[in-house]
Amino acid sequence: MTTQEWKFTTKDIAAKPDLFLSGHRACAGCAPATVLRLIMKATRGPTIVTESTGCMEVVSSIYPYTSWAVPWLHTAFETAASNASGIEAALKIMKKKGRIKQEHVDVIAFAGDGGTYDIGIQALSGAVERGHDFLFVLYDNEAYMNTGIQRSGGTPHGAATTTSPAGSVIPGKLEYKKPIADIMVAHDMPYVATASPYYWKDLLTKVRKGLEVEGPAFLHVFAPCPRGWRSNPAKSIEYSKLAVETCVFPVWEAVSDEYQLSTPSKLVALAPQKKKPVADYLQGQGRFRHMFKPQGKKLLEEVQRITDERWQRLLMKCEMAQKP
Amino acid sequence: MQSVAKQKMMALAGDEAVAYAAKQSDVDVVAAYPITPQTIIVEKFSEYVANGEVETEFVCVESEHSAMAASLSASVTGARAFTATASAGLALMHEMLFVTSGCRAPVVMAVANRALSAPINIHGDHSDSMAQRDSGWIQLYAENAQEAYDSIIQAFRIAENLDVLLPVMVGLDGFTLSHTLENVETLLDEGVKEFIGTRQFPKVLTHEGKTVPFRLDPANPMTVGPLALQNYYFEFKRQQEEAMENALAVIQQVNSEYAKISGRSYGNGLLEAYRLEDAEVVAICLGSTAGTMKTVVDALRQDGVKAGLLRLRTFRPLPVEEIQSALAGVKAVAVMDRCLSFGGNGGPVFHEVRHLLYEAASRPYVVNYIYGLGGRDTSPTELRSIYENLQRIIQTQRVEKPIQYLGLRD
Repeated sequence: MTTQEWKFTTKDIAAKPDLFLSGHRACAGCAPATVLRLIMKATRGPTIVTESTGCMEVVSSIYPYTSWAVPWLHTAFETAASNASGIEAALKIMKKKGRIKQEHVDVIAFAGDGGTYDIGIQALSGAVERGHDFLFVLYDNEAYMNTGIQRSGGTPHGAATTTSPAGSVIPGKLEYKKPIADIMVAHDMPYVATASPYYWKDLLTKVRKGLEVEGPAFLHVFAPCPRGWRSNPAKSIEYSKLAVETCVFPVWEAVSDEYQLSTPSKLVALAPQKKKPVADYLQGQGRFRHMFKPQGKKLLEEVQRITDERWQRLLMKCEMAQKP
Repeated sequence: MQSVAKQKMMALAGDEAVAYAAKQSDVDVVAAYPITPQTIIVEKFSEYVANGEVETEFVCVESEHSAMAASLSASVTGARAFTATASAGLALMHEMLFVTSGCRAPVVMAVANRALSAPINIHGDHSDSMAQRDSGWIQLYAENAQEAYDSIIQAFRIAENLDVLLPVMVGLDGFTLSHTLENVETLLDEGVKEFIGTRQFPKVLTHEGKTVPFRLDPANPMTVGPLALQNYYFEFKRQQEEAMENALAVIQQVNSEYAKISGRSYGNGLLEAYRLEDAEVVAICLGSTAGTMKTVVDALRQDGVKAGLLRLRTFRPLPVEEIQSALAGVKAVAVMDRCLSFGGNGGPVFHEVRHLLYEAASRPYVVNYIYGLGGRDTSPTELRSIYENLQRIIQTQRVEKPIQYLGLRD
């Protein structure tokens, strides 16, 4: 089965049965739940899912109920990639020994930002180095939401969380968001991509590409969390769009280390005047509220500066940087 | 022993014997990370893989934490999984040990028992596996390389038994067994294959209302490792305890079935009584120390001392009734711990043995010996002094120092 055979049209998507089922206990406006549902729509055949401890794990598997219409395994917080390694190794040898019927079984590992940037990065790096054939999906809601909004390596600069509160001396998180997808590209892996649920066709295509490559694939998906971001639950998908339009979260893919902007970000690169200021995205999110007070002006400028710098670096990698 | 199969004598260090047993057990997945004194196991197994002598996926993981996560995941997918570790490696696995037993994954693991840091020390003691005694794993301790070999083969039968479905760790003392060459009688490949058989799966009811084999199979979707809250968690844990209770009978059964094909058995599989019939003074120990202890008991017997030895082969599940009846009539008992439970008033084996003697018809005097930490050698003379102390205790009718340190610098 290839990407071309299935067009990812709205009709196709609607017709395909859900594999991440309703009835789970995610909050209103939870983008990660939407992301998981969409991703499972892009699977191509028999699939086993493993998931690290986190929001999506706890909302989807409360015994004796489950939201998973595929075989699913959770073991611990830092083990999404090591679970995938064990599952893939078992499938490979059992196939060889004629103990499983399926011609091929895809393995998808889901982890949040904590399970990827922080506690899970060792297992992820090891699994990718060993070249297991699996797709690792990071659903990035930019903090430890499941435990009550603590900062992670994926929390952006300036964001207020319960362990990086915006105080009178320290204005939220001082450190910068770790460039996790670039770190994965540096592993010389076959496929790395970033995606946003607003651009759902782009997301689904990337999922399918990640499954189709031989070897490990890494997909970084932007996933707003209204509870943690102190944002309007009705606006999660809007923020997913604004993050791309402001270049806070550009969408791109790197096939065998070759960076390429995906269409939504390419349009911004081709028409720089259309690039929106970061304030358009930050405004309305309670975690950035302090940036819009008089004393937050500097921080806001700093976030704009970092965003522009990172965007320029990405353009250079994609060979789309404007000549000075 | 009517039909003992043809066997092959090999010169093997304990680690090599373990690797050879794993090879013959037709394991599907080995996910392991090197650590002294277990390294020979993974090295040897890597050679089998490199030379095409096994049909096994060898996953060279980046840590012991991932070793256990991958082993458990492979096992839940339906593979027979084996791994090996020691000391800090086992400590790093700690979290995953509970998950493995909780997921009822019959993983088998060799532990080349070694001291824990700090100070760092690569030599033998039981601190590593004793610290995991509540992790839901069956624990067997081998006396020699032969038993290490035999126990790995038996471990798959025990772990995969449908009344058990628990992971099994087989301890072999670091260096004393792991690195010491012995003559090991090995079964032929076919014999091992027939003894272990193919992995069976229990039938479970899925959320779709189907009764299917318990494993990750796209044909029969199943959620494994879910979130279980106040309303169900407790029952899961009680089931694990029932499996431990069932293991007592299964370990004995596997021990006697193995005797039929190999001519070798280890007591009743749970514990080995050595010259206990009329014994008045008895030491209890685990692992390789028992070998030396047996020669000490023989010498004491020659001198007319009614000495005996009780070797605990199975520490988890603890064979409570079997220990109680083995010690019936004994006047004084020395419990040997190659491990300290800091601030716990003695070592772990002492705690448990003295605890189970509370309900004994006649309670013997009990004294604890902490010994051999960090590979400290234990001589026959020192071991003999234990029995002398037990005789003194009987004479004076009191235990002066219930917790003693053997071979410790003053």
